[in-house]
Amino acid sequence: MAKIYVEGLYKIFGPNPKKALQMLSQGKSKDDIMASTRHGVGVNNANFEVHEGEIVVVMGLSGSGKSTLVRCLNRLITPTAGKILIDGRDVLTMGEDELRQLRQRKMGMVFQNFALFPHRTVLENAALGLEIQGMDREQRLKLADEALSLVGLDGWGASYPRQLSGGMQQRVGLARALALSPDILLMDEAFSALDPLIRRDMQDELISLQERMQKTIVFISHDLDEALKLGDRIILMKDGAIVQIGSPEEILTHPADEYVARFVEDVDITKVLTAESVMKHSEAVAYLRTDGPRAALRKMRKHNIAHLFVVDHTHRLVGIVSADAAAILAQRGEGSLTEAICTDIKTVYPDTAAHDLFSIMAELPYPLAVVDEANKFKGVIVRGTLVAALAERGGAV
Amino acid sequence: MNEFKLPVGEVIETGIDFLVEHLSFITKASAEVVETLLGAMESGLLLIPIPLFIVLVGACVWFLTKERKLTLGSALGLALIWNMGLWTATISTIALVLVATLCAIAIGVPLGICAAISKGTYKVVMPVLDVMQTMPAFVYLIPAIPFFGLGKTAAIFSTVIFSMPPAIRFTCLGIRQIPAELVECSTAFGATRMQRLYKLDLPLAAPTIMAGINQTVMLALSMVVIASMIGAKGLGGEVWKAIQRLQMGRGFEAGIAIVIVAMILDRVLQKLGTRKEN
Repeated sequence: MAKIYVEGLYKIFGPNPKKALQMLSQGKSKDDIMASTRHGVGVNNANFEVHEGEIVVVMGLSGSGKSTLVRCLNRLITPTAGKILIDGRDVLTMGEDELRQLRQRKMGMVFQNFALFPHRTVLENAALGLEIQGMDREQRLKLADEALSLVGLDGWGASYPRQLSGGMQQRVGLARALALSPDILLMDEAFSALDPLIRRDMQDELISLQERMQKTIVFISHDLDEALKLGDRIILMKDGAIVQIGSPEEILTHPADEYVARFVEDVDITKVLTAESVMKHSEAVAYLRTDGPRAALRKMRKHNIAHLFVVDHTHRLVGIVSADAAAILAQRGEGSLTEAICTDIKTVYPDTAAHDLFSIMAELPYPLAVVDEANKFKGVIVRGTLVAALAERGGAV
Repeated sequence: MNEFKLPVGEVIETGIDFLVEHLSFITKASAEVVETLLGAMESGLLLIPIPLFIVLVGACVWFLTKERKLTLGSALGLALIWNMGLWTATISTIALVLVATLCAIAIGVPLGICAAISKGTYKVVMPVLDVMQTMPAFVYLIPAIPFFGLGKTAAIFSTVIFSMPPAIRFTCLGIRQIPAELVECSTAFGATRMQRLYKLDLPLAAPTIMAGINQTVMLALSMVVIASMIGAKGLGGEVWKAIQRLQMGRGFEAGIAIVIVAMILDRVLQKLGTRKEN
């Protein structure tokens, strides 16, 4: 079962949403409805689900309804129509108490401008959610303290928010949400107010936290690079409607329509970047002459990889050897790697566009080697680093 | 035009007459109580030897503000009042202002909170406040007399009405000015309205509320002169006497004493208001 399941969700702003809803179903556009009824369309027929432990990034330009959509999930904004199931319970039919319980225990929220209480210390801020739950002081401060050290703010508990930098303030915001140990994190442009360097740090931090915690995260962003880096899946919105849902690669390689294509193109660095700029300069290669199966295995273990490229003494690429094949040779006591080398491998030149790499890599069971015209080994591209590199360098292009 | 004069005054008069007839036994009784309490308070304050009183006030000011100049100024100001022979009148005024302000705060702040929380209350309270603030203060004096009789209770009553609006307005304003994102945050974490009030609204609005209380005290002080016309005595009474006898010097002496009391209260209260922010 999906952690969050949304079906036919609408939000119309205005005193008489029924009429606008009718016009929407007749296929009228957001602008038409605004012009003829003065009603704003916040969310137009959104359908999606979020699975447990997944980061879904809701992306779109400002005014595309992404904030509204996410605020519907914990009913900070009451939807006009539709269904939102969280763990199978419909949020829209919940009574006051049940809704409060949901907000207090199940969903933590992180805000764009941090929304820290200025009159409270960092520790008291982090403990806010627990305090609202009614937890006694000693216990909630203890949990808040743990949450603060989780986000790297040990020793800052007694400070006030204004004494902290923007990045640190948002860490407090994150700690405040994490202190609840909620299943779901809603992050509303959480890193958008931070400067680029700090933002990248926070993204890395979130990724590493997520590896440990496996929360279900709905992250709002207007930044494609951020979405590519963080999202397991991306929901792209325009004028309140969802235009495409898919993995970062799908969005980049198969944009659903022109809007997505343009969106992607605007910030798209895949066409500018080349294989050379996204590859890793790997020192982990086996030398055909000198390295036997055991040496190859040791190198793989050391670098924590399952495949090793083999080069000759002039650094020309010979092939690739897998850990399994090398292990078999080693068991037999062979001294040479030759037998285990697969020579029929796909390679690309350093100037191959990063855009083309996705489709090449899609079918590849092993990493992609980058070689020059003389077949000299230059570097390696792994799928993860490809996406990360694209995301990271976006700002610089 | 005048032949068809609308009976505005008559209606109000009849209404008040009706209320006086049916309620005055309560108000008169409460006047007795207030008068007694106020008298006790005054004589209590007067029991303290004057030099000791001045030292105590100085210590309080120092403790609350930690400002040397202000502490010294307060002590010297009070000494000047003593020297001018206005001590008893000043104590009487302070007691009156104190009671009136406490009443105004006790009614005004909760009313301000209600107005901030409920739109309906806001819509009712705000026009009433406009009336309270623009109606000439003298007008309150007239109905105060039939209800409470000439004397201090009537003075307190009209002072409370005159000085309450800022307490209400500032409280309401302070709460309404809480940043929307903080309000949203408290909702997102599942806070009830009461939790929001105690954990967010009141602490954050405290400096604004203090500014309102400061205004209330100042208005109460300025009302004591007017209220002396219906028997408030104190420093206002001195001014009133001086006006009737055209004693310019005496009038100014009493005026200076009022200014001194006002400045001490104002500076201390301002300090209390801003201290929260730093």
